[in-house]
Amino acid sequence: MGVQSNVDTSGKELTIKVDGRFDFSAHQEFRDAYEGISTDINNYIVDLGNTSYLDSSALGMLLLLRDHAGGDNANITITRCNDDVKKILTISNFEQLFTIQ
Amino acid sequence: MKILIADDNASDRLLLSKIISKQGHEVIEAENGKHAIDCYVKETPDIILMDVLMPELNGKEAAKEIKRIAGEDLVPIIFLTSLVDAQSLADCLEAGGDDFLTKPYNHIILKAKIDAFVRMRNMHATLQKQRDTIVENNQHMLHEQHVAKAVFDNVAHSGCLDASNIKYMLSPLAVFNGDVLLAARKPSGGMHVFLGDFTGHGLPAAIGAMPMAEIFYGMTAKGFALRDILREINLKLKSILPVGFFCCAAVVDLSFTKRNISMWMGGVPDCYLISDKGKTLKSLRSHHLPLGVLSSEQFDDEMTEHSMEDGDRLFMWSDGIVEARNEKGDMFGEDRLQGIFKQNLKPDDLFEAVQTNVGAFVGESERDDDTTLIELMMIEESDLDLSSLNMQQGTIKGPSDWKLDYELGVDSLKHFNPLPLLMHIMMEVPALRSMGGQLFTVVAELFSNAFEHGVLRLDSQLKSTPSGFAEYYQLRQQRLDELADGYVKVSMVHSSENGSSGIFTLTIEDSGSGFDFPTTFKKDQTQVKNKFSGRGIPLIFSLCHSLEYLGCGNKVRAEIHWPQKAAK
Repeated sequence: MGVQSNVDTSGKELTIKVDGRFDFSAHQEFRDAYEGISTDINNYIVDLGNTSYLDSSALGMLLLLRDHAGGDNANITITRCNDDVKKILTISNFEQLFTIQ
Repeated sequence: MKILIADDNASDRLLLSKIISKQGHEVIEAENGKHAIDCYVKETPDIILMDVLMPELNGKEAAKEIKRIAGEDLVPIIFLTSLVDAQSLADCLEAGGDDFLTKPYNHIILKAKIDAFVRMRNMHATLQKQRDTIVENNQHMLHEQHVAKAVFDNVAHSGCLDASNIKYMLSPLAVFNGDVLLAARKPSGGMHVFLGDFTGHGLPAAIGAMPMAEIFYGMTAKGFALRDILREINLKLKSILPVGFFCCAAVVDLSFTKRNISMWMGGVPDCYLISDKGKTLKSLRSHHLPLGVLSSEQFDDEMTEHSMEDGDRLFMWSDGIVEARNEKGDMFGEDRLQGIFKQNLKPDDLFEAVQTNVGAFVGESERDDDTTLIELMMIEESDLDLSSLNMQQGTIKGPSDWKLDYELGVDSLKHFNPLPLLMHIMMEVPALRSMGGQLFTVVAELFSNAFEHGVLRLDSQLKSTPSGFAEYYQLRQQRLDELADGYVKVSMVHSSENGSSGIFTLTIEDSGSGFDFPTTFKKDQTQVKNKFSGRGIPLIFSLCHSLEYLGCGNKVRAEIHWPQKAAK
């Protein structure tokens, strides 16, 4: 389990990468990944390429990120999901709130 | 500290006693192993210094016995010995001693060792105390949860989950469930069923479930449409739950008379609709975000309709079923679940089959989510037990002689549905409650006749063809938007004789030009079987004691008597 984050050279885009199981145990790390980072960020990318599993508390964490990033005006892309992860996001109809690639 | 010295050699004992007293400790002396045990029981010293070789009972045996008596309390025992070979020293520790000290005594080392054991003893005592506090708090919390659960169960499970067309399983992971199952009979006949799965489980989930259950049961009893109930629940959850907490839900409006269900699904796994004696399986997919995520403006209450014949079943579950894990950590998965339904089992056995299969798969491994399962079957409404409908009938006496006149103007007609309010007033009369379905139909049909054919002047003939049906609703919207004048007057009168019988009279008058009632009436009667058309008058007629049109046909009066006579 690990959460990494980095800001691109322009300072406006933040990428958060979650490895392994994305569940409640990642709660604090995930929050730390975007809280206290420069407020200039206007584009968020959540990279789930190495995420094996995602549960409902992870969905909750994504909603928290969305809230942090401006709610309805948030610009968040979820990328590289595997089929299982994508399915969970689809069942919950999260594509209505996030851009899912 | 209180320190026990056990040594059969009086001079050695005296010497050690002097040193330790000087270091500020209280000293108790014992002459042999047996004496040492007695002193331990009587004086409960904090640390014991014990000679290895003693008469009566040697040091090692005494140490074993003292450790046994001490149980989980920590009593450090330091052996005193003149032996210096490694094996002898190791034997001391083997026998239950915590340390050893070789003669002759070195003051500095003696003091250091005693100080070290004092620290260890204090730490042990702190740990014990903390552990006891945790145990006590945990017991207290469990007790509180049990009491709270009793309250919660009364609120959440007051509905008709025990109706004969429902089978369900709710397995609580914590004392509280993150899963919620609610079912209620509608006053207009039919049922509302709600399966919810809150993020997380335990207290946060239960707290959200309470107002949700209240809204669900309260609004259903008052005759509100399921869409309105969903909107209200979503609004409530959105406002009370912190961001990141929400409730996945599958919600069903089941109509026994129309033989269909309307469903709203948000964030739950596919539900299965089993028809044709178990031969056909249709997966129903969630199309909405869970409840409590979107604001009212963004919330989508679109529902999908599915027809159900007698004996058809709808299976709904929380993700705990699909995500149930076995000992290896594999998930039960949708393929296994679908597999159960492809075994050509008798429809009656499906529910148990799902239960048994998931149970066998999980085995002894620990459950990591709540697993909730419900089967809803289409039956004849008359086969349902009536008791669940009458549950709210208490001993409180309702109003018996009253009259209400209610007139709706253009603006109200455009934006307000008066049926829940009217139902609410009627449902205050205990005897009318069990006739809620019938009353709702009568009021709803007559009101919509007055509004659509009277005020909006729509021709019911339009509805006789499928294309006309669509045109009718298009026209309805158009006239509604353009509506500039008109009214509907509703008058309700209830009278009762000693509370043993009563008459309810409903009069509805509209601003329309009326209609040629005797002929239309007949025409409608011949068209009963054509479901697209008509004013539903024959249906209403069959539900009332009497029904008559007055004036030019813009006024109708229906009488309903109770107790009801046997069906004609």
